[in-house]
Amino acid sequence: MTATTETQADLSAEIAKIEADAEGQTQEGKPSRQPLLDYPPYRSSILRHPTKDPRHADPETIELWAPCFGHSDVDPLEADLTIAGSNEPIGERITVSGRVLDGEGRPVRNQLVEIWQANSAGRYVHKREQHPAPLDPNFTGVGRCITDAEGRYRFQTIKPGPYPWGNHINAWRPAHIHFSLFGRAFTQRLITQMYFPSDPLFALDPIYQSITSQKDRDALVARYDHDLSVPEYSMGYSWDIVVTGPSRTWTEPEEGDL
Amino acid sequence: MSTIPTQIASGSASATPGQTIGPFFGYALPYEGDADLVPPGSPGSIRLHGWVYDGAGNPIPDALLEIWQTDADGNVPQAEGSLHRDGWTFTGWGRAGTDLHGHYSFSTVLPGAAGEGRVPFFALTVFARGLLDKLQTRIYLPEHPANAGDPLLVSLSEDERATLVATADATGLRFDIHLQGDRETTFLNYG
Ligand SMILES: [Fe+2]
Repeated sequence: MTATTETQADLSAEIAKIEADAEGQTQEGKPSRQPLLDYPPYRSSILRHPTKDPRHADPETIELWAPCFGHSDVDPLEADLTIAGSNEPIGERITVSGRVLDGEGRPVRNQLVEIWQANSAGRYVHKREQHPAPLDPNFTGVGRCITDAEGRYRFQTIKPGPYPWGNHINAWRPAHIHFSLFGRAFTQRLITQMYFPSDPLFALDPIYQSITSQKDRDALVARYDHDLSVPEYSMGYSWDIVVTGPSRTWTEPEEGDL
Repeated sequence: MSTIPTQIASGSASATPGQTIGPFFGYALPYEGDADLVPPGSPGSIRLHGWVYDGAGNPIPDALLEIWQTDADGNVPQAEGSLHRDGWTFTGWGRAGTDLHGHYSFSTVLPGAAGEGRVPFFALTVFARGLLDKLQTRIYLPEHPANAGDPLLVSLSEDERATLVATADATGLRFDIHLQGDRETTFLNYG
């Protein structure tokens, strides 16, 4: 990791200033995109964000359709991240489930959901340099599933730990699971992160705070769902995802629409 | 097929915000055959490749690109099987991570036009560590006669247009991506 002399206090001051500026803009009726791409508190974004606004394009046919995935692509066992090894992984077992919906509230059916995450000690199975937390031989932290007729996904896993990441001195990411989603159209492609309720690191994290509106930030936080907890087995977290962007519409109801 | 596209719907619910793909996707998202929409070297195949750069002109070794395209006849593929390619089914979708030098490479076919007078292109999504949300754009084919009438290309300056048109090389097409800088790629929104 690159050496840095900036403290969390320096970063927090930058974060607060950008959020205040964004609030001012919103009051002037200029809502900015979420997250901001030009967000210097996340140091790696400085040379990796476009400086020009995106150009508007009327979507062509191919952009109004999404690639098709199905049960030949994904084994149902890939939704259980706790069975990769010969023993159970260390950590708090959790069940994560929710629905993928489009901007009109319609379920995104039969579509691919991919996740990846750190183990309970905050370590990824990845060659890149990381802090010396233990690897877990029974946990790789990669899962896939196909949404059902209601747009629902469901993963069995363990709760990831927070991890340090070198953005500034004592920088720690709040615990999160990375999610990759496809909607009903190319325009709806989404990669994001799911967080856990009441994480004390939220206020300190430049990646989470690159979304300058609290309401939009809240949309990335799962809800503890006791009905999803499995007796004597796991804690349940529910999280719905909305993927927006132009798509084609239907003149006939799809199978299952009533 | 029971679905008939009639008009474009964007919807009104708030979108779940994106977040960066981060540095640790390399063991999770790439998979064997991800970038080979058709077997390399098969009849009609081309290589679509290039380099991804940051605002200082340095290559980006931890970007992930995805393409989505019509088949050679201009049809929208709706076959599954991208994750376990059988070598015969064209799914129209592929994924390629950049290597240590910022280079990516797909094996695919030239997309066909979706209809009379329509302009063929590859739809492209870009993710990278340091990039807080996806970017999307189009890769147009060099010297395609329909380019001159494409509403997007026509609306751009010459410099901007140049960032969206691939160049022909010995094995197919080259298309470089600049996230920032003098040659910054023109990215799109469809809202
Ligand atoms: Fe992460």
